[in-house]
Amino acid sequence: MPVRHPLRWVAAAVMLVLVAMAVNTLVTNERFNWPEQFEYIFAPQIMNALYNTVWLTIVAMVGGVVGGVLLALMRLSDNPILRAISWFYLWVFRATPLYTQLLIWGSLGALFPEIGLGIPFGPVFVSWETNTLLSAAAAAALGLVLNEAAYMAEIVRAGILSVDEGQREAAGALGMSRAKTMRRIVLPQAMRVIIPPTGNETIATLKNTSLVAAVPFAELTFQAQNIYGRTYQVIPMLIMVCLWYLLLSSILMVGQHFLERHFGRSERGAARPARPAALLSSGREQTGGGGGGGGSGDGGGG
Amino acid sequence: MSGEPMVRAEAVHKSFGRTEVLKGIDITVAPGEVCCVVGPSGSGKSTFLRCVNHLEKINAGRLWVDGELVGYRQRGDKLYELREKEVAAQRREIGMVFQRFNLFPHMTALENVIEAPVQVRRENRAEARERALALLERVGLADKTGHYPGQLSGGQQQRVAIARALAMRPKLMLFDEPTSALDPELVGEVLDAMKALAEDGMTMIVVTHEMGFAREVGDSLVFMDDGVVVETGPPREVLAGPRHERTKAFLSKVL
Repeated sequence: MPVRHPLRWVAAAVMLVLVAMAVNTLVTNERFNWPEQFEYIFAPQIMNALYNTVWLTIVAMVGGVVGGVLLALMRLSDNPILRAISWFYLWVFRATPLYTQLLIWGSLGALFPEIGLGIPFGPVFVSWETNTLLSAAAAAALGLVLNEAAYMAEIVRAGILSVDEGQREAAGALGMSRAKTMRRIVLPQAMRVIIPPTGNETIATLKNTSLVAAVPFAELTFQAQNIYGRTYQVIPMLIMVCLWYLLLSSILMVGQHFLERHFGRSERGAARPARPAALLSSGREQTGGGGGGGGSGDGGGG
Repeated sequence: MSGEPMVRAEAVHKSFGRTEVLKGIDITVAPGEVCCVVGPSGSGKSTFLRCVNHLEKINAGRLWVDGELVGYRQRGDKLYELREKEVAAQRREIGMVFQRFNLFPHMTALENVIEAPVQVRRENRAEARERALALLERVGLADKTGHYPGQLSGGQQQRVAIARALAMRPKLMLFDEPTSALDPELVGEVLDAMKALAEDGMTMIVVTHEMGFAREVGDSLVFMDDGVVVETGPPREVLAGPRHERTKAFLSKVL
């Protein structure tokens, strides 16, 4: 007799009833007004908002990665001033809410109506109106990039620290400069630690773009608010927007899966494909623990 | 031998925090000489080796390689630390082989050997490749050039590491316990490669526990204990008839 699991059946029955209720209300509650909602799903405003959400995510991540690498290098530098600046930056941007930061970037024009170039405390040569220079789009992108850079810095730093110190010594003993060692030796190896959490960050950033409504800037959630402000169909509209977020996140998750598989594989040199001869010979000559000796630690397996 | 020694250390001191690891080391290595440094673990022999290419900064004393002060510039009787670029330029002339190989795991054997000549010496890639292939052949790895370190045995990895160091055409080679991380059956192939190098006239400082290698290949043997040089002389003499008690005690355990 197999072991009985009566609780599983109870749980399944409860779930079934709940799902049936949910479907029932979605279908029979006329206040959802589905025909009208489906008209909005590809409406021009929503398409435009979707476009804004996508490019904001891309800009935030590209800028965040570049800024994050710089901040991580500053944080690990020998120069105490650079270290302090980086520490301070991370402290401020990670200890304040993104929503609040975005509100600040959006209202900068009220505090500094004009931004000019000139000598400090001296004459100003050129100046621009802040609201022209820092459009809503620019303020939204700036806010996301500055915030994301702080989070990416910690990820990049962890990646750099994961690379065996012997790698830096070997490169140094060959006469490589520290900058070149970082670029040619350390960062390529740090990637396998950096990539997986960066995938998570990308998905988090996609969802964080909804906060730029604070600027205000017309991305997906903001446009949905605009529309339900007119139609009063709050939840149906938000469900529809969630469908878009689900779709975009799912695409990113698939990409992340393949990236992780790629980097997980290249780390185990012996399993590299397209080198059948290598596989054969290394299978015989590989010694017990010799494989990890080249400084390739373990890590990405799980 | 006449002229300038390849390595000259005078009263080299090194401390980590409050622990004094080197308490005044004097060593001279002539060009073409193979100097084997032996001693119990913790005696400071690896630390001394790492001072020779400035991986560790010395706290006192003087250390010259080929007549040039390592890591510092002397003006009057004050020492000024060299800038990063100048230290890097000195290191180009000094090859180093590590206990844990420290090959670059994301590059093939060939790429490991080509990396420094192309990136540091700005050599033509095709020429660097030719020479790298010749070097890998010399250490018996002509058929492993496309392999990644993870696909090679420890002995093969260490021989790639030797080829990688030689690719910079160093005038001095430092070996930091090059066979200590190897399975016993793989030690021989690495020692053979080092022996061939010694026969070609390379100046070498070898920190090792391989007394057979020291006896057979070494021109001089330095016994270190507790941060000082206890005894030094021709390997056969020191190994056969150690004069100092500490040397005797150590050798009775390892021979």
